[in-house]
Amino acid sequence: MTAFGVRLPGMSSLILWGLFWEIVGRSGYTFFLPPLSEVIATFFSIVDTPAFQKALTETAQAFLAGVFSAVVIGIPTGILMGKNRLVDELLLPWVNIFLSAPLTALVPVLMVLFGFGMKSIIITTALFAVWIIILNARAGVMQINRSLTDMAHSFGATPWAAFSKVYFWAALPEILGGVRIGVIRAVKGVIIGQLLISIVGFGALFELYSANFLMSHFWAVLIVLFALAFILSEGLAALERRVSYYAAQR
Amino acid sequence: MATHPTDATRPDANAAAAAVSVRGVSKNYGEVEALRDLSLDFPRSQLTSLLGPSGCGKTTLLKIIAGLLEPTEGEVEVNGKPVTGPGPDRAFVFQDFALLPWATVLRNVAFGLELRGVGVSEREAIAEQYIRNVGLAGFEKSYPHELSGGMRQRVGLARALAVDSEVLLMDEPFSAVDEQTRRKFQEDLLGLVAGENKTFLFVTHSIEEAVYVSDQIAILLPRPSRVSEVIRPSGLRTRNVSDIRRDPEYLDIVDRIWASLRSYVE
Repeated sequence: MTAFGVRLPGMSSLILWGLFWEIVGRSGYTFFLPPLSEVIATFFSIVDTPAFQKALTETAQAFLAGVFSAVVIGIPTGILMGKNRLVDELLLPWVNIFLSAPLTALVPVLMVLFGFGMKSIIITTALFAVWIIILNARAGVMQINRSLTDMAHSFGATPWAAFSKVYFWAALPEILGGVRIGVIRAVKGVIIGQLLISIVGFGALFELYSANFLMSHFWAVLIVLFALAFILSEGLAALERRVSYYAAQR
Repeated sequence: MATHPTDATRPDANAAAAAVSVRGVSKNYGEVEALRDLSLDFPRSQLTSLLGPSGCGKTTLLKIIAGLLEPTEGEVEVNGKPVTGPGPDRAFVFQDFALLPWATVLRNVAFGLELRGVGVSEREAIAEQYIRNVGLAGFEKSYPHELSGGMRQRVGLARALAVDSEVLLMDEPFSAVDEQTRRKFQEDLLGLVAGENKTFLFVTHSIEEAVYVSDQIAILLPRPSRVSEVIRPSGLRTRNVSDIRRDPEYLDIVDRIWASLRSYVE
């Protein structure tokens, strides 16, 4: 983007909004919003405290385990649904219901079923991510060119070879798109899980800081969370761009 | 085992004449009759064209022979053995090339062999040889999107040749390439039919192309599809490739086919 003939680097608008935040914070308009500089200073003061490190580890563990299960279950299920009419008829209504359902309302049920520990948090995370991954993998497989399927078949591909050498790769652009959206939803899932199920990880920090009106701490952790989600999503988007050269001509 | 020599030798005699025979094949899609009671023999080591207006079921017939579609009735035999599915005795060349866009030319050409479990070094050596044969030497490491349409079809052709099947099934292979490339392909195809000891089944909707490349032309008529005529040009194979289009026999056959097809063109 250019403004007044000067070429601006990417994300310059963030500087503007940061400035706006700083001014509102300094004006003392509300205790809820301390100045950005104070938030950043707080971030550096808490980043190497044991409480923060513990929260980060707990959250990362639950998040990674949840995303991993969602990917490992979601991609094969989606491919199977795209390839098999019967499986598709059986599962599609459920996938669509859960995709749009308010999953937060299900969390108490999960607590009853799986207890108040890490397991329930991981399952909540996976539940937030898995449906969109399934749907995208399914859509990716369904748009595979008929002649590519015929090609695999006519050269004698076994079902496993067709899956691992043709269908997976042909659907990869859509699959990665699904994983990217799934990962963003998983961030929501892990925090909601930590807030509702057992107060651990970042969820515990949010609870602690907001209950004690430690607003600059609260915002510091929130910014860390936003930044992590953003980096994950951008990393996957970069991966997506690497396969996009063949997305247009399959 | 055979007590009657005549009975025992007859299938062999048939097999020697026809690499592929189609017997009484019908194909219905629900109410729609795509093919009705179609019978046709494809002589060994020759090129037979399936020629007809669009919608006459020529690609359907080719896919039934490939084992990709099941006929509603009738059967197909390749070398005297009934077709129940795709097999290593047949290789398919696709109209839209059907290449793996994420794989190099080398891997694409070797892919048929890869699916058959041939080891990496062996299949790549075979693939390199066929890449040279189709004139793509130097492009082994290129990806399909970096090639022109004509070059992509050369990759598809090399892949089908690399598996060394006796029967090559070509589904309008040159219809997606430009006219000049198409003419070069047709000349190369004649060399291939003469040089490789394979049976070629060639689907096309171009009358000129069919007459130019074929030993035998089966004209298919639509609704429901049946073979209306089989034409075997007698003197064209011995002519020089650049003289065929001026040969009186070539011109006569093109005219004759057009005369029988024109009433089917809306």
